[in-house]
Amino acid sequence: MSELIDTLSFYFSYPFVRYAMIVGLLIALCSSLLGVSLVLKRFSFIGDGLSHVAFGAMAVAIVVGLTDRMVIILPITVISAILLLKTGQNTKIKGDAAVAMISVGSLAVGYLLINMFSKSANISGDVCSTLFGSTSILTLTKTDLWLCVIMSAIVIAVFLLFYHKIFAVTFDENFSKATGIKADLYNLLIAVITALIIVLAMNLVGSLLISALIIFPALSAMRVFKSFGSVIICSAVISVICAAAGIILSILFSTPVGSTIVAADIFVFFIFCIVSSVLRRTSK
Amino acid sequence: MSEQIKCVDAVLGYEDGVVCENINFNVSEGDYLCILGENGAGKSTLMKALLGLNPPLKGSIEFCGDTTRREIGYLPQQTPVQRDFPASVREIVQSGCLNRCGLRPFYNKEEKRLADEVMERLGIKDLAKKCYRELSGGQQQRVLLARALCATGKLLLLDEPVTGLDPKATAEMYELIDKLNKKEKVTVIMISHDVTAAVKYADHVLQLGKTQLFFGSTEDYIESDIGKTFIAESGWSGNV
Repeated sequence: MSELIDTLSFYFSYPFVRYAMIVGLLIALCSSLLGVSLVLKRFSFIGDGLSHVAFGAMAVAIVVGLTDRMVIILPITVISAILLLKTGQNTKIKGDAAVAMISVGSLAVGYLLINMFSKSANISGDVCSTLFGSTSILTLTKTDLWLCVIMSAIVIAVFLLFYHKIFAVTFDENFSKATGIKADLYNLLIAVITALIIVLAMNLVGSLLISALIIFPALSAMRVFKSFGSVIICSAVISVICAAAGIILSILFSTPVGSTIVAADIFVFFIFCIVSSVLRRTSK
Repeated sequence: MSEQIKCVDAVLGYEDGVVCENINFNVSEGDYLCILGENGAGKSTLMKALLGLNPPLKGSIEFCGDTTRREIGYLPQQTPVQRDFPASVREIVQSGCLNRCGLRPFYNKEEKRLADEVMERLGIKDLAKKCYRELSGGQQQRVLLARALCATGKLLLLDEPVTGLDPKATAEMYELIDKLNKKEKVTVIMISHDVTAAVKYADHVLQLGKTQLFFGSTEDYIESDIGKTFIAESGWSGNV
């Protein structure tokens, strides 16, 4: 045991490990906050679709050879979020089909682009790390850290300021519209913030696993808690704890960071399922 | 009795076609108007027009006196999303106050007090901490009605409020709405295909069927040809 603690304190003496931990926890917190709303609005698929778009954008950035890939990834993902939301309301192409189209399309084009134009010697390594998260979380610079801190602060501030409105729009869009709340605007806000979080989270868990970060804590919390407020708080706590546990475990046992965090989330989900069925039985 | 809503020669529909035309009616304070019609007759289109979600193609729907469009308490039909929504009753009822908040991010004391008072009036105070998805259909409708009352004390717009309720809960819901109308002078506009309840409770009837088939008082409706046919079809033979 003391050996493990020694290993941990050894790793945490490096600033890049501390950066990774901070960024990881912030991303987990932000994604879980919005996750509840996305799951309840049946928007979880948008998160999934956007993460694939982010992969495609990343591929473009690699091919163009930009050092600051955010310049391309962020706008493309945000624009796609807006488009996906609009097509979701359009009846010509059904929302889920549009998402499937865009997500698979950008995945394919992204891989094609990397394969054709990348000068890197290790193409499959590049692709794998973009999809499943990579060591890039350990190569964060101070600028990356600050970018992440600022973006998370924005997400959390927006969420707190519009908490009641987000609740109203999530629960009943028509009623909100009827009473003069600009529901479309808040939907847009939710989609744009989701895009932001996905771009941020790509460094941590990779683009294929981001939706897990968004939906698992929310689903776990919803099994047990009964009010919107408590579900949000619980989901945030679960997400942060799982992220911390995942990062520490991945350091100790040198497993991939992203998959370890998601595995922790899945584990908690099953525990909450059991808890909820036990609660239900005892209350009857 | 001052007028609250005036609808003149309205043509309702969407970009791709007219659903319902030639609609003329008015609603005064304290009225209980029931909008009848079969599926596809234009009831929901009219409702969206009243709410300002889908303005009329031609003609006008005006709000008169001190009533504005934002002061409609709307009771929508339940959506699948809501059935398993983790929210407490209090959270939902309070969300009816949001139109008073403007840009202020949180509810103030007065709004919280209003929500509590409305729950008291509808007899759901003891459910305040309960989870919405664990309530019965009738209780859920009461919660949504309470939310609508938080948005306004003047005008309620109810979209088939008894859909999916058992007979007892249906009767209770109608009694509750009737009480709000008679005792608290809340104007009620109810969309329904339940003619029996319409003639029993409402004092005005508006019947739609691609166009306006009837508008007038309930007494006239029962005597009119269209009313007689529709009532006969529904198999109702009671007395008012």
